Amino acid sequence: MPGKSRWRMVAPVATIALLAAGCSGGDSQDTEALPNSISISIGEPQTLIPSGVVETYGLQVLTSLFYPLVGIDKTNKPYTMAADSITHDKSAKVWTIKLKDGFTFSNGEPVTADNYINAWNYAAFAPNAQVTSYYFDRIAGYADLQPDPATKKPPTVKKMSGLKKINNLTLQVTLDAPFIGFETVMSYASFYPLPKAAFSGDGVLNKDFNEEPIGNGPFKMTGKWQHDQKIQVTKVPDFKGTVPKVDNITWKIYQDLGAQYNDLISGNLDVDTKIPTESLGSASSDLGLRLQKSPSSAFQFIGVPTFEKDFSDPRVRRALSMAINRQEIADQIYLGTQLPATSWVSPQIDGYRANSCGDACEYNPTQAKKLYTQGGGPAEITISYNTDGGYKSYIDALCNQIKSSLGINCTSHAVPSLSELVKDLQEKKNVGLVRLAWAMDYPLMESYLGPVYTTTGSSNYSGYTNPTFDSLVKDGDEAKTPDEAIKKWQQAEDILKDDMPVIPVMFGQNVYGYSPKVDDVTMDLSQNVDIYTIDVAS
Amino acid sequence: MTRYIVRRLLQMVLTFFGATFVVYALMFANQDDPYQVLAGDRVVSDSQRAALNAQYHLDKGFFTQYWYYVKGLLTGDFGTSLTGRRIGDMLAEAWPITIKLTLLAIVISAVVAIAAGVFSAVRRGGIFDHVTLVLTLVVLAMPIVVLAPVAQLIFGVKLGWFPVTVTRDANLYQLLLPALVLGTLVVATELRVTRSSVAENLRADYVRTARAKGLSTRRVVGVHVLRNSLIPVITLIGVDLGVLMSGAIVTEGVFNIPGVGFNLFRGIRTEDGPVVVGFVSVLVIVFLVVNLIVDLLYAVLDPRIRYE
Repeated sequence: MPGKSRWRMVAPVATIALLAAGCSGGDSQDTEALPNSISISIGEPQTLIPSGVVETYGLQVLTSLFYPLVGIDKTNKPYTMAADSITHDKSAKVWTIKLKDGFTFSNGEPVTADNYINAWNYAAFAPNAQVTSYYFDRIAGYADLQPDPATKKPPTVKKMSGLKKINNLTLQVTLDAPFIGFETVMSYASFYPLPKAAFSGDGVLNKDFNEEPIGNGPFKMTGKWQHDQKIQVTKVPDFKGTVPKVDNITWKIYQDLGAQYNDLISGNLDVDTKIPTESLGSASSDLGLRLQKSPSSAFQFIGVPTFEKDFSDPRVRRALSMAINRQEIADQIYLGTQLPATSWVSPQIDGYRANSCGDACEYNPTQAKKLYTQGGGPAEITISYNTDGGYKSYIDALCNQIKSSLGINCTSHAVPSLSELVKDLQEKKNVGLVRLAWAMDYPLMESYLGPVYTTTGSSNYSGYTNPTFDSLVKDGDEAKTPDEAIKKWQQAEDILKDDMPVIPVMFGQNVYGYSPKVDDVTMDLSQNVDIYTIDVAS
Repeated sequence: MTRYIVRRLLQMVLTFFGATFVVYALMFANQDDPYQVLAGDRVVSDSQRAALNAQYHLDKGFFTQYWYYVKGLLTGDFGTSLTGRRIGDMLAEAWPITIKLTLLAIVISAVVAIAAGVFSAVRRGGIFDHVTLVLTLVVLAMPIVVLAPVAQLIFGVKLGWFPVTVTRDANLYQLLLPALVLGTLVVATELRVTRSSVAENLRADYVRTARAKGLSTRRVVGVHVLRNSLIPVITLIGVDLGVLMSGAIVTEGVFNIPGVGFNLFRGIRTEDGPVVVGFVSVLVIVFLVVNLIVDLLYAVLDPRIRYE
């Protein structure tokens, strides 16, 4: 029977297939099981090159690999870390940074002023397309590294004239205009130094550097970045700066928040940095005191197109703000994971005043209705939002509140993505009110006021322009001391109270949880776990 | 036979380029502003846009972009993702785990479906037959978006029988739960098809002849009937591969398996055209190859079938 022999072949083939399926890939060195080792959840970072990182996951990993010049303390004041001293001239235009001696990169290279200058020039040079390039735009000579605004020709200069090496451990930074907050700005990841090993030529980054970055921080990578899986770091021996308490950290990469949470409660993960809203119901019983909340810098607001006639009267904008019951939205929609916002800067920022918005952010339907009629607000409004962020219930609730408070019609308008929404706004299309959000770059009031409300602000979508406001923000930048700057910025914020170019709604919070194995878990404003305080529970 | 295979392979080349073109066009139509998606809430500046365009050519027209892509493809270069990773590397990392998962799901579902299908066909109208009917209806009615998280919660978190999430170098046991979940997608139809096919063949003349010759029931069912009943089931398994791949998008997300579905989902979300096209193209090849194998298996099962 010829068919029989062929039929027999199927069985071995199936067996081979099964064996192949069961065959596991080579064992990677796993530090997770070692004592004094912990795992923390992140999402897949976009990149690990410091100047390319704007999202939290990449920033979080970099906090373990690099040691910043400046740290930010609990009261959000800057203090020196890798820098020995940071001084500036009278006008805060020329800054001198002295580095601490004895620091090395994890490959043994000593950290010198050149490492900073090279890294910053790389970040600022436009053809390198680094997303944080704009952080350096205050430094003199930044414009030379950008394409010519008129001819669009690529730049030929690769080095900013404002960066000068004084000696191996000292560098001098000259700014275009005085800026008292520059020390705080330097706490950001794009100001990390890069070792010589990172570059394959003058200003050309090594292609593989992204896979296994070498930093000056308390941890170094053990092996390459395992994409979509994990990034493992281990303590650098004899680290000169603050030494963390744990020996190894595994940054576990997740795509799904639900999977992440399930791993936490079944003991495969030590710190879950973002508990999904749908798990919040069971989280308090699952985790008890190990479910924590801490402030984050996120700020949700509703942008009002001030350039449109319907909304040009500030009374209309104030009325809309008073028509919103923020507490109700925080409790009902966000289950207490967000806090009502009644200011324009996050509560954790130096200079924040509780309720700087005053009456205008208090829920008061009668007063709102009166103001709205006086200002001649439209009988029908739309709130646009992007559907890719899960904002529907929030916007619908907002609309219903406005409807019942003001007796007008309010509809929500869904736009597929944030980028489309932004495009419509830039083209000043009639989108009505818009859901927007902001998170700071560095903990300064300016990081909220400058980009969102000044006439030339990079994220000013409401088209708000007020010369007095602009000049107050600038005065703050150029103040002699940080305290003086805050005073100016607060005056600027007071203008917002009257003009209400955007309606503050919510401040974000980190909602995180951890396993019984770890202790002293704290998360900062930028949604990063503090790797220096975290400890294994005794 | 060889000529047949060569002809089929040549057809595949055409299908492959057709598929990449269609997927590329779809991604192009869907693409809005991927740079902005990456940058989040902050607007991408003009100079960054110019620098990124120099690398990714997103400012060019559709045909120019597609030409760049095909040019790369012909030299074996799948291009780079918008996050700067080589897509060839991403494919090499993602495929093995997905192949393992899918193979396991196919084997599990085929074994369960054929065994249970034959049994219920032989005992038609019995308790087992009725129970499997109800069970298959339940499984068919349950979408995988529900099944996957529920299975993870019950068997992974509450009972602790299986690991909750799976890593890239997972072993058979770790993959079992996701494979079971994935297998439920296809097991019900495969079972019903096996049952009706076997039931029909049991009434065939050759079965009566075989019985009359005095062959044992085991031999009649296990060799004569089963072999003749398997052709529709094998066809189904080949087609089911597509179902399994789409199911993998959900399963891999829930169990955090960094495979093909996981990458596809992210690629679509971040409007990363080259990544999606790369993964789908390879998916197309796999689908074509598997169906070629299915066609060749026909000849193994039925000696009357010859390929010229």
